[in-house]
Amino acid sequence: MSEDHRLQISFVVNGRPVDTEIEPHLLLLDLLRDKLALKGAKRSCDMQVCGACTVLVDGNPVSSCTYLAFEARGTDVTTIEGLADGEKLHPLMEAFIDNAGLQCGFCTPGMILAAKSLLDLNPRPSVEEVKEYMRGNLCRCTGYKKILESIEDAAQRMQG
Amino acid sequence: MLKPFQLHEPTTVEEAISVLGKFGDDASVYAGGTELLLAMKEGLLSYDHLVNIKAIPGLDVVDYDESTGVLTVGATATHRALEYSPLVGEKFSLISDVEHRVANVRVRNVGTLGGNLCFAEPHSDPGVFLLLYDAEVELVGSGGARKQSVEDFILGPYETTREPDELLTTIEVPRLPEGSRHAYIKFGYHERPSLGLGLVARVDNGTLADIRIAVGSVGPKPVRVRNAEERLRGASLADLFGNTQSSALLDEAGRMMAEAAEPVTDLHGSAEYKEHLLRVFLEEALEEATRG
Ligand SMILES: Cc1cc2nc3c(=O)[nH]c(=O)nc-3n(C[C@@H](O)[C@@H](O)[C@H](O)COP(=O)(O)OP(=O)(O)OC[C@H]3O[C@@H](n4cnc5c(N)ncnc54)[C@H](O)[C@@H]3O)c2cc1C
Ligand code: FES
Ligand code: FES
Repeated sequence: MSEDHRLQISFVVNGRPVDTEIEPHLLLLDLLRDKLALKGAKRSCDMQVCGACTVLVDGNPVSSCTYLAFEARGTDVTTIEGLADGEKLHPLMEAFIDNAGLQCGFCTPGMILAAKSLLDLNPRPSVEEVKEYMRGNLCRCTGYKKILESIEDAAQRMQG
Repeated sequence: MLKPFQLHEPTTVEEAISVLGKFGDDASVYAGGTELLLAMKEGLLSYDHLVNIKAIPGLDVVDYDESTGVLTVGATATHRALEYSPLVGEKFSLISDVEHRVANVRVRNVGTLGGNLCFAEPHSDPGVFLLLYDAEVELVGSGGARKQSVEDFILGPYETTREPDELLTTIEVPRLPEGSRHAYIKFGYHERPSLGLGLVARVDNGTLADIRIAVGSVGPKPVRVRNAEERLRGASLADLFGNTQSSALLDEAGRMMAEAAEPVTDLHGSAEYKEHLLRVFLEEALEEATRG
């Protein structure tokens, strides 16, 4: 298919408005990484299983590896790059650092964004609820215990 | 890698049908894309035209008619919408209970009920609860509109009665009889379920006054097991659990379930293993649905 099928889309990424022309088959992950230089979301399984490519669209998690970029038009997209407020880290980021919730870090952007969407929905989840919600985000390093502790700690910090 | 395609965004069902009719085999309906895009990335399916039916306003509406007791789910309603709908949670708690356990949060956020049914991947959950509710689908195509039970709609792996130019528009779900309780057992170690066993029971005066049983994922398609329902209906709870007689009754019902579900040997396990699981989980589900 040729240029005539290009779409003009606008949306907001991490608070910044974006206007761009894309082809319908472009995946959101490739738009973020290759066109917008936001490399936080990672491609790993490429089949919606691992969650390394997780970003938030209007606050809800999607697998950007299997999500067409045009679907983001008119939405508010959050990637890991948008979580810190200048130099000030998000409580989830601080909690992951303080509790050693990461080792290689490959899964971490997706973990933190999925956890953010959970805490926005349910600020005081039980351990079972955290496990259930985070089931689709895989980590090859930590064994998950430290990740659960990080999320619990972040939930407490966010209560203030 | 996804191959380029042309995107169509009809705003009415009629328009969608006419685009599908015009491009025939070169076109596909695209809803959440959680199945379709994976298959296209792998090169298993290839289309020059995708028809985004999410552009049709109102096709995702979930609505309940108090007077008929029927829940109407628009085809593009997502798993997540059903999982969190207060209406569904209150009046159709079997649906929210199962939807909460479908796939992962990201797939639930994007994947639709209509897409799940039309793809007819055997390792799926919704078919089972829809059979328990005696749900119907409505399809609209160039030949007009028709209704069909979900049971008759799904023919086998990746196969339904849907014509290429037909759109699944709504799923109609009647309420369960007053006083019913449910259990849904989802089992497996893979990404998709290896077994889904759903059961609806109504206990009256210590006997199983009514029961519905459906099984999915183990075989080619989800099935209701009416002869096992018949066999168990009227049994007293005392007869069902914990003695040799009850164990013979459950063995018999378990065999009927295996016969109806036609377990297949695949990556999820052997047919024999799945038959064994059916018997084990039947008892578990019965206990869950009949004991307070
Ligand atoms: C990692 C992973 C885990 C999963 N786990 C589970 C699970 O545990 N349980 C489960 O049940 N499912 C599971 N699924 C399957 C999940 O993709 C489906 O449940 C999902 O709902 C499909 O809907 P969709 O809108 O994304 O379909 P699409 O991919 O958009 O469409 C699927 C097919 O249906 C057709 N179609 C879609 N809508 C219509 C319509 N209204 N009318 C006519 N044709 C239509 C399309 O043309 C296409 O052929 C899983 C999927 C993934 C990727
Ligand atoms: S890379 Fe998208 S879910 Fe694994
Ligand atoms: S920290 Fe390495 S994959 Fe999670």
